[in-house]
Parts: sequence; structure tokens; C-alpha cells
Amino acid sequence: MENIRALIVDDSSVMRKIVERSLRQAGLSIAQVLEAGNGAEALAAVENNKVDLILCDINMPVMDGLEFVRQLPGVANGKGVPVVMITTEGSEGHVVQALSAGARGYIRKPFTPDQVKEHVLPVLAENHQ
Amino acid sequence: MNASRTSLSSSAGRECWLPTLQLSMQEVFELMLGCSLEPAAEPPSEEGLDITSMVGLAGQVCGILSVRCSTKSAAQMASRMLGIDAEQAGPQMWDAVGEICNMVAGNFKNKISGLGDGCMLSVPTVITGGDYNVHSMGNNNLHTALLFEGQPVVISLEIHS
Repeated sequence: MENIRALIVDDSSVMRKIVERSLRQAGLSIAQVLEAGNGAEALAAVENNKVDLILCDINMPVMDGLEFVRQLPGVANGKGVPVVMITTEGSEGHVVQALSAGARGYIRKPFTPDQVKEHVLPVLAENHQ
Repeated sequence: MNASRTSLSSSAGRECWLPTLQLSMQEVFELMLGCSLEPAAEPPSEEGLDITSMVGLAGQVCGILSVRCSTKSAAQMASRMLGIDAEQAGPQMWDAVGEICNMVAGNFKNKISGLGDGCMLSVPTVITGGDYNVHSMGNNNLHTALLFEGQPVVISLEIHS
């Protein structure tokens, strides 16, 4: 898939930059990267922009990542957009919670660019079919 | 990442928490900053450690995990994480140290059996300056120092319950 429009949701601007760099290092053809600092900002970003992929933290102020994933299908442009969680909350329970809420992948922090590639590529391929 | 799980249930299991904390810190630096931390030969002077990041833990274990370092080290950490010069780090250094503390806390609790699901993390708080005292209600504190590019980084876990 080429010219991907990605939305990166994390309350840390440093982490948003690291995730963006990891996506580019994964060899993805990135046309545009949007950023949001919490789930509420991310919902607004999705309503105003079409995106192909969302990478989202869980622990954030205002609206956390799980609530964002639950609300995403109900907003304009949100239905069917794959979400991969990138979070420090790496327990089995959190993974199950995130996947049940609608996330399509799960990456634990700390992570390597290879792990981003390993989790994001199948999700994009599956969504593109 | 979870190969060395230790026990939550017994106080005897907590004896393993200090090396688990050190391992958690080491992994974060190796994976996210691309460098190793060295053990400190002797307890380092805490003078000049004027950036403190804290993450709260609540649930089966309550407490605070903190990471303390100098401004110079914080700028260097941001430099490694962002691929920029340390001189350009500016306020991003606080965000970088906060995120390191967050990842250490998450990595640590995911290695302790039963703690991953049984303990929530707060978002990180970063304090600048060294002229403050922390009065903890805790009675079981873990404290260790590692060297990042030759400079001390002090990691503490103050357990309240």
C-alpha cells in the first residue's frame, strides 16, 4: 500500500516523533502524518481527515486510547480504519481489552522499528484486501 | 521482554524486584535510545540531578517510580530518541525523560507476575530543579543508579502498599 495517511495518537510529542520515524524505517510509503495528543483530539482529526492507519497510546489524559477505539466507528471517516495500539500497558488483560474494543494490533513499549513493521504491515495488508 | 517474570504475591519475591527494575531500565535504553547503561561502581553523588520524572502506580501495588538525572543527560536522552543535537533538545528533554520513566514503569510491571493487569500507571510528571523534598508514606523503597554515558541516572520505586 502506498501513500499512507497515518494518525499518531500519544500525549508525548517525543513518542509521536519516534513512532513516525519507525513507520518510515519500516519502509512504508507515508504521504501524510497527523498527530493528536489524546483520544478526543484524535476523533476530531479523523472527522476532518481521511486516514488509512492509526497508531494509538492507551494511557492519555482527556480520553484514553481504549475509549477512542470504541468511539472511532461512530465518527465520520472512522469506520474500518485500522488501529494499532502502542503502549506501556503490555499485560494480556490489556491486549484482550484493546482487541475487544476494536484495535487490530498491539505493540508494547519499548519497541524496535522492526516490531512496528511486523505489526503494522499485516494490518494494512488485511485492510487493503 | 517478559522472560524474567518474578512474583508479586510474596515479600520474598520482592527481593527480585531491584534487578528486575534495573533490567527494565536497561531494556528501555537499549531499544529506544540504542545504548547500554553501565552499573555505577559506587553510589553516585546526587548533586546536579535536577530533572525528576515520576509515574504513579495504583492497584495491587501502590507507589511511585521515579527517574532522576542531570539536565545534560536529559538533553542527551532526547537527542538519542529524536535523532537531533542535544543542544536542540529544549523542552523536549522533559518529555523524553517522562516517557522513559513511563516505559520503565510499564516494562517493570509487565515482568512481575500478577502486576501487569493488577496495577495501573499514571501519566508521567516531570519536575525540574533539585531543591525539593519528597515525603513518602512508603516503607519499602528500592533505589538504584546506572550510568548513562558516564553520568548517573537514579531510579527509585517507593512502594506504599
